[in-house]
Amino acid sequence: MAQVRVTVDGVNYADDVEPRTLLVHYLRERLGKTGTLVGCDTSNCGACTVHLNGQSVKSCSVLAVQADGAEVTTIEGIACDGKLHPVQEAFNEKHALQCGYCTPGMIMQAIDLLGDNPDPDEQEVREGIEGNLCRCTGYQNIVRAVQSAAQKMKPGSPAQTDTPVSVAGGGN
Amino acid sequence: MTTTADPTTLEFGKARTRKEDARLITGRTKFTDAINLHGMLHLHVVRSPLAHATITGVDKTAAEASPGVIGVYTAADLGVEGVGLPCAWPITPDMKSPQRPLLAHTTVHFAGEGVAVVLARSAAEARDAADLVEVDYEPLEPVLNMEDALKEGATLVHPDLGTNENATWVFDSGAAGTGSSIDEAISAAEADADSIVLKRRFIQQRLIPAFMEPRACVVDPTGEQITVWAATQVPHILRTMTTVTLGVPESKLRVIAPDVGGGFGGKIGVLPEEMLCVALAQKTGKPIKWNETRSESLLAAHHGRDQIQDITITAKRDGTVTGLDVHLLADMGAYLGLVGPGVPILGAFMFNSIYKFPALKFTCTNVFTTKTLTDAYRGAGRPEATFAIERIMDELAVELGIEPMELRKKNWITHEEFPFTTVVGLTYDSGNYEQATAQAMEAFDYAGLRREQEERRASGDKVQLGIGISTFTEMCGLAPSRVLGSLSYGAGGWEAASIRMLATGKVEVITGASAHGQGHETAFSQIVADQLGVPFEDVEVLHGDTQISPKGLDTYGSRSLVVGGIAIVKAAEKVVAKAKKIAAHLLEASEDDIEFSGGTFTVKGTDKGKAIQEIAFAAFMAHDYPEDMEPNLDADAVYDPENFSYPHGTHLAAVEIDTETGRVNLRKYVCVDDIGTVVNPLIVEGQVHGGLAQGIAQALFEEANYDDQGTLVNGTFVDYTLPSAADLPSFDTSTVSTPATSNPLGVKGVGEAGTIASTPAIVNSVIDALRHLGVTNVEMPCTSQRVWRAIQEAKGNTTQETPIDTHSPGAGLGSIDPNNPQGEVQ
Repeated sequence: MAQVRVTVDGVNYADDVEPRTLLVHYLRERLGKTGTLVGCDTSNCGACTVHLNGQSVKSCSVLAVQADGAEVTTIEGIACDGKLHPVQEAFNEKHALQCGYCTPGMIMQAIDLLGDNPDPDEQEVREGIEGNLCRCTGYQNIVRAVQSAAQKMKPGSPAQTDTPVSVAGGGN
Repeated sequence: MTTTADPTTLEFGKARTRKEDARLITGRTKFTDAINLHGMLHLHVVRSPLAHATITGVDKTAAEASPGVIGVYTAADLGVEGVGLPCAWPITPDMKSPQRPLLAHTTVHFAGEGVAVVLARSAAEARDAADLVEVDYEPLEPVLNMEDALKEGATLVHPDLGTNENATWVFDSGAAGTGSSIDEAISAAEADADSIVLKRRFIQQRLIPAFMEPRACVVDPTGEQITVWAATQVPHILRTMTTVTLGVPESKLRVIAPDVGGGFGGKIGVLPEEMLCVALAQKTGKPIKWNETRSESLLAAHHGRDQIQDITITAKRDGTVTGLDVHLLADMGAYLGLVGPGVPILGAFMFNSIYKFPALKFTCTNVFTTKTLTDAYRGAGRPEATFAIERIMDELAVELGIEPMELRKKNWITHEEFPFTTVVGLTYDSGNYEQATAQAMEAFDYAGLRREQEERRASGDKVQLGIGISTFTEMCGLAPSRVLGSLSYGAGGWEAASIRMLATGKVEVITGASAHGQGHETAFSQIVADQLGVPFEDVEVLHGDTQISPKGLDTYGSRSLVVGGIAIVKAAEKVVAKAKKIAAHLLEASEDDIEFSGGTFTVKGTDKGKAIQEIAFAAFMAHDYPEDMEPNLDADAVYDPENFSYPHGTHLAAVEIDTETGRVNLRKYVCVDDIGTVVNPLIVEGQVHGGLAQGIAQALFEEANYDDQGTLVNGTFVDYTLPSAADLPSFDTSTVSTPATSNPLGVKGVGEAGTIASTPAIVNSVIDALRHLGVTNVEMPCTSQRVWRAIQEAKGNTTQETPIDTHSPGAGLGSIDPNNPQGEVQ
């Protein structure tokens, strides 16, 4: 067993885990963070995308022990005081989800993308979410939602002022 | 009396954002894999790596000694050797049906078939132990090619059946009396210098539905009823079929489909794993969970399509079509799925599409192979039919030197001719092909793109432009029960609904159509809000739990709105009729003098009235109500449609092909769909987008390949290439509406339209781009390699196809490139 100390969605945890435990399984099975989903075995689908120290990662490709000392944000931690993150709002407004299975990972990746590129054009959005698969939407409304959220999150926009920005970090 | 609210506040047609989203965008909801119960045990399946083999021994010793393992079981250990999974569609009286076991016990028939199961305290321990189960196999010859499988002396998948032919199903318009004889049409065309007989072979490759949520179930035997949570499209059918399969009384089963992460037909099955979980829950008395890996899903969840289509069309030289002869071979895989043998038959009535063929014959032979079984995948039979007819209409246009859209116009049913009874005996109630086509051609700039195409051809541009057409129709709304009966389908096609008026004025709507992403909660709320004149927010739609929604036939075949939605309307009409009686009583008026509008019952010519919520409360209090009725507004309805619905549309694609590399770039996609009346344009647009992506994926990206040993070589998302956002453009989608006359809402269904229509539009555009170079066909998926090879071969150059079992380096579970096992640098 190995020990992992990690902050997830603002709460500190210390747990003994099997060294082989993947971060996604730790989140789901130990912490009950079942909003983060598993869709494949090969890091292709991105359903498990979370933020590790402000950067998006596929949590199936990270060992829980690699997150030791880190801050993890999941889909369950981005709404603030009951107010949805602008990307969450935009996904609803633009009908960017159907079955909803890719949605948590897609939203987390979109937030990361907007952290790197606050005003992406269509092609930049498409390339920025290329690692997240969706089988329902054909992506068109996801692209719309990400671009709409970008406008909302622009400095000075009404939506931006009361929005948590810490999770939108990302970036090089 | 119609029960419409004030027209200015109608919900119908409003682009409501979805009610369902709040729990999905926050990660709050629980998909099946998040159901965890105390004492729960985890099941993992030991699967055969071989396609066809005799099982000569199973050594469980090491697995049983593995940490956390409760037990390792074969079919014999569980006493289920005699149990077979159901096929509900015996398409012919003499159809050959093999037993489809829960676990293979003497012979495995496809790679991925379960041989044993491990039960352990954790999922990880179950998977670890599964690797330790030693199964000895004596390999048998795999059966992979449908045409070879039908030859004399072929290796038999199921020797006890004496043949690899499952069934042959024929529809002949001459014999049926719905049209004339195809044999006569072909003879006449052959004898007539002014006619043409054209034959083409098309291949529908094997596809994988690839829903994003892997299949899963949890079975809890600890209550009076056994509760099954399952990632399924069909909780009601699963309940009934669990009884049929295992003998558990239906009344002792509760099936819950919580939020389900997509289905596309891929989750309509009754699974061996589900039945094993029930059997093991009964055996151990503990809750059992099964959750498949993606590789298991790609390997063992049912596949779709996989047909060889031999099509003969006859026509006059002026373009008038005179006959269509369809011969299909359809790969069933190793066993029959729940409706697998009937999937090609669902296409039988759609090959004539929107065209006025006088003669049509359809002959389909279903074939067993040692591959994963096939069953419904979005469109189920209709994409195959639409592909064949739209492809051969283009081929005919080329042969006759007629512009492809003009050829279609010459043959389609005109607006004035509806209702129109087709050569297969279906009556299309409404449609307007001229309108959808005109609108699509304008939005597409058809003439402009044709000019550009001419210019590029003339200048020998290395990037050539292709334009593809698909003017499609489909039959939706499965289905009139009598029609299903005539096709020997093992169920009806009705749908059930209930409406409960709560004491506080809120409304519960119960539907038997269980959603898995379609947005039923939103669309059905809109319908009920209008019918009852209550706020959208006050309507709660309940579904997907057989104890809450006890009656239903679930969601597939674009049926939820056109069947389930109408059942809701019928239930609402009953609620209003009951409320009207109570309103008349309370308002001391004759029932004939009561009017209902916008949620209020008023006495004609007075300002006296009561809101439906007040009536609901009065019924709850029951202090004062008419003597000849119960104090209750609730109502149930079961709706059985009289006809299918027939959405149609015109889809146009423009592709640019780099003739030096073969790369296909989808530049523009325009579609105008006539799906009748639209309840929620936002949801409709989403359904069309997603449908297009799947149809385009068949044309350009996806194929399930087997190697010569019968092993699936695309067993991960590395190799089975779903399109990503970067692979697709934005689509230009819109709708026109000729309301269906077969139902009171005028709706037609939209769930499958995009998938059915788009595949031939894309392939027609690819071939259109290359035809002047001598290319006559490119098989799907039209990958860069295939397109490049087609161009080279048209030039007379020889090419070599990369073997289909060439894995991507690093792909697969072992991360070993089998073509370079030592990992040498090449």
